[in-house]
Amino acid sequence: MPHEVEKQYKEIIERYLHTQDERDLYAGQKFSRRFIEKEISPEEVIGIHKSALKSLFPDEPNELWHSFDFLIEMMIHYGLALQEHQTLIRKQEEMDLEMKIAAQVQSTLLNTKVPEIPGLDIGFLTIPAKQMSGDYIYFLSEEEKSASIAVADVIGKGIPAALCMSMIKFGMDSLQSDQSNPGKVLEVINKIVEDSVTDSMFISMFYGKYDTNSSVFSYASAGHEPALLYKASRNNFVELDAKGLLLGVQQTVRYEERSIDLEAGDFIVMMTDGVTETRAAEGFIDEDLIKEILLSVKDKPAQEIADAVFEQLTELQNFQLLDDFTVVILKKDY
Amino acid sequence: MNLQVELVEKNEMYCFKVIGEIDAFTAPILKKRLAAVQDIEGLYAEIDLSEVNYIDSTGLGVFIGFFKAIQAHGGSMKITNANARLKRLFEITGLDQIIDMEVKEGGNCDATV
Repeated sequence: MPHEVEKQYKEIIERYLHTQDERDLYAGQKFSRRFIEKEISPEEVIGIHKSALKSLFPDEPNELWHSFDFLIEMMIHYGLALQEHQTLIRKQEEMDLEMKIAAQVQSTLLNTKVPEIPGLDIGFLTIPAKQMSGDYIYFLSEEEKSASIAVADVIGKGIPAALCMSMIKFGMDSLQSDQSNPGKVLEVINKIVEDSVTDSMFISMFYGKYDTNSSVFSYASAGHEPALLYKASRNNFVELDAKGLLLGVQQTVRYEERSIDLEAGDFIVMMTDGVTETRAAEGFIDEDLIKEILLSVKDKPAQEIADAVFEQLTELQNFQLLDDFTVVILKKDY
Repeated sequence: MNLQVELVEKNEMYCFKVIGEIDAFTAPILKKRLAAVQDIEGLYAEIDLSEVNYIDSTGLGVFIGFFKAIQAHGGSMKITNANARLKRLFEITGLDQIIDMEVKEGGNCDATV
């Protein structure tokens, strides 16, 4: 009964104003629970306070009573805004948690095993700009006969891109060995993507296959950044590009397949545009800069080469990644 | 960064001139402008990129989406005056094989822009 509450509140405050005693203050604290029980909001408490004072000091100036009306109005809006704010924070926390779980699921789903081939040194690094990555590395090996590597980048970032990647992975898992030539793989994956992805999502992919017996590396590209080949014998770089459309744009696409011979000391660098489109203070980096970095570490193991590229390029953009960053190094030791 | 999209409509021909950088922030502006005409049957559109320095992957997605939409309605499109950097982007992605790219001066579209 609000009326009852008003009466009791008036008695308590009257006593406190009279004695200013700790015990009466404590009574007031205890009484606040009654407000909760009766579902009395903070602004209503101010109203109760106002009418209690008004009946105790009827001669006070009108300005004082208006000031309480002002406060009540303010508290109503403050209460609403506060509630909204808290709801948003709670939602944000829930989403963060779900993202964390999703990122874990993604890394489990997309887990891939690095091929172990005598004489072939493989190093890689993939760092998401946000929690979930739109870049993807896929390794496949047929015992020690061959090693295949796919580097892909979903156009679009975040969760949709990450979900899309899982589809690619299962598509590639389902390919049989007789379909494992790079051009053929991209043809099949393109069909899968075209069939099942929305019109606004596309994927670029570089697919390479190293044959252990012949030391030949064959490759095809679906609209992906060209890979770089370092030739030890000439101490220079060759761009490995091949014609081919992004995955998911058209139903039937043919992918050009090319091949090169790998010799001892040679290495291949596969990247996503998070690497080549590094933005330094003065603009985009030059491709020569990547080559310079690679040259300075060319005699190191593959993993150290990959790490060096990442460290030196992120330093240029103040250690802030704007895009997912992926680099794979395939080095022929002997 | 802002993006300007000018449109000149002439004899069933839609000529867009884009000015600025097309990235994740500005791409929705272009997408909205293109979406307004993309379902017209047999549409012919030209997009002039002479004043565009940079397109990121989101921007590229807008062009692909537009291409697919007008293709589905029997239309066609052409991209004109892309600079070397943009041309390389369209080449790498293989889009130059399906979308007409041309360098031109004083063509039908330019005369009125």
